[in-house]
Amino acid sequence: MSDLFLVGNASGFSGDRVDAAAPVVRTLARRGLPAALFFECLAERTIALAQIEKRRDPDAGYEPMLERLLDPILADCARAGIPILGNFGAANPMAAARCVARLARRLGLPELRIGVVTGDDVSASVDLDALPVHEADAGLDMSAWTLVSANAYIGAAPLAQALGQGAQVVVAGRTSDPSLAVAPLMHHFGWAEDDWRNLAIGAACGHLLECGSQLTGGVFWDPGYKDIPDPANIGFPIAEVGSDGSLLVTKAEDTGGLVDLRSVKEQLLYELHDPSAYLTPDVVMDVSGVTMEQAGKDRVALRGVKGHARPERLKVTACYEGSWLGEGEVSVAGPNALARARATADVLLQRVRQRGLARRARADLIGVSAVHDSDDGALWRAYDGPEPPDIRIRLAVEATSRDDADQAAREVLAMLCCGTAGTSGARWRVTPRILTRSFLVPREMVPTDVTVREARLWN
Amino acid sequence: MELNDTMVEVPLHRVAHSRAGDKGNRVNLSLMPYDPALYPLLAEQVTEARVLALFAHRGATRCRRYDLPLIHAFNFIVDDALEGGVNGALNLDGHGKSHSFRLLSLAVQVPARFT
Repeated sequence: MSDLFLVGNASGFSGDRVDAAAPVVRTLARRGLPAALFFECLAERTIALAQIEKRRDPDAGYEPMLERLLDPILADCARAGIPILGNFGAANPMAAARCVARLARRLGLPELRIGVVTGDDVSASVDLDALPVHEADAGLDMSAWTLVSANAYIGAAPLAQALGQGAQVVVAGRTSDPSLAVAPLMHHFGWAEDDWRNLAIGAACGHLLECGSQLTGGVFWDPGYKDIPDPANIGFPIAEVGSDGSLLVTKAEDTGGLVDLRSVKEQLLYELHDPSAYLTPDVVMDVSGVTMEQAGKDRVALRGVKGHARPERLKVTACYEGSWLGEGEVSVAGPNALARARATADVLLQRVRQRGLARRARADLIGVSAVHDSDDGALWRAYDGPEPPDIRIRLAVEATSRDDADQAAREVLAMLCCGTAGTSGARWRVTPRILTRSFLVPREMVPTDVTVREARLWN
Repeated sequence: MELNDTMVEVPLHRVAHSRAGDKGNRVNLSLMPYDPALYPLLAEQVTEARVLALFAHRGATRCRRYDLPLIHAFNFIVDDALEGGVNGALNLDGHGKSHSFRLLSLAVQVPARFT
C-alpha cells in the first residue's frame, strides 16, 4: 500500500466549467501516485429537475453535460488507472451508465468497467408521511404540492464497494457530496466503516474539494484585495491524503487560481454550521480544532480534524412541485431614472395585485438595491443616495398556474407602451418552482445496490 | 497595540474577508481578518447582535457566532435570513451568496496601521 493517495475534483456543481478535468487528470497522471477523480453535479433541486426530465424521456434525467465532461479525460483516466466517481447519475443512474458506456465504446474502451450505485431514490419505497419532518422550506403548504422526487444521501460504502469490484467509473445518484472523496480513500486504505478518525479526514478532504474551484480561487477573488492569477483558467483542486492521516490540498499544475490559507479557510467554513459537528452519512466531522499551514506554493496542510460516530439516520430530501415563478424586467436610464424606476415598480406590483395573478410578488431596482433587499423593498424604498444612471426594474411573482405566472411576468412587456417615459428592454420568463422537505430515515430503510459491468455489456 | 496608534472607522472589507453559504433559509458567513492581530478586536466588535441587525429588514430571527481562534476565523449562522432560501425565495439571490459582502459592509474601528 502506498503512503499517499491523491483525490482530484473536476466539477463543483451541475453547470461548472466543462474543461476543468483535463489539467487535473494530467497532474494526477504525472504524479504517478494512486489517485481518483470525482465530479459533484447535484445540488438540492437538481435531482427534481432531472426527475421531471426523466418523466418526459425515460432515457434522460442524468447530468446533461455528462458526455462533454468525460470525453476529454476518460481514455487518459483508464490508461493511468484513475477511477472516476460522480453523482452525475442524478435521477437516472442507469441511463447515465449507458451514456458512459456509449462514450467508452466510441473511444475504443469496450472493456471499461462501469459501476452503478442505486438505492438513493426512495420515492416509492419509503412512506414519508410517516416520518418526522427534519427541515422544510418556508410556506410549504402540502395540500397544493405534488411529490417529484425523494432521495437519500447515501454514504461512501457502496461507492467503495463498486471500486472493489473493479469499477473504473462509478455512477451514482444522490450521495452525500464528501462521500465521493471518502469512497476511493476507504477503498485504497481499507478504512473500516467505524474508523471515525480516518473517515473524518476523508470527509474533510471531500468537503474542501466538493465545490471544485471554490478551494482554488473561485468565489474568492476580489480585485485589488484578493487577486488570483488567470481567473479564466482556475485550476481545480487536488488533495493528498496519507495513510498516517495527513491531509494537504493543492491544485492542478499549469493553471490559474491559488491555494492559500485565505482560500482554504473560506472553503473549510463554507456551508458549515457548528464546526464541531458537520454531519455526513459516513462520519460526524469536527474541524473546531483544525490548524493549517502553507507548505509551499499552492499547498496547504491541515491538521487536527477529528471524527465522531456517524448519525444513526440518513437524510432524505423530498422535492415537490406545485407553483410557478414568473419574472420580468425592464430598464430606465438617464435623468430622473430613480423616480421612474420607483414608479414602474409600484405600478407593476399594483397591476399584479389588481389582476389577482400572484400569491406573492416582489420588485427589485437593480442598480439601486436588489440582492440584499427584502420582499417589501425596504432598502430601495429608503434609498436616498446619488441617482444611479441606469436602473433595471425586476418583478418576481409566485403563482399557482403557469398561465398566471406568465400573465404576471408579461406585465413588464406592457410597460413598453404603458410605462414611464423611456422604458425599454423587456425580458420575461416562467419557471416551475420546486420546494423541498427533508426527513431522517433509518439506514435499514435505504438498501443500496451495486452493479458493475464492462462498457460493451451496458445497453 | 501601540499607544499612539489612532483608531479609524472602516468597512470590514478593508481588513477582513468572508464567504457566504446556505442551508435552507439559513445563511452562514465566515469572517477572517487579513491580519490575525485583529482577531480579538473583531471578536469584540462584530457581535451576534450587530450581524443579526444587518438582516433585520429580511426578518432574520437569530444569529449565532462560532469562534475558531486557532485559524483566526468566525462562523456566523443567521436564521431566516434568505426569505425562503434557494427554493422558496422570490429574490435574485436565493442562495444568499452575496451576503458575505453585506457583512463586509459593517463598520468597525481599527488602528490606522491595519488599513
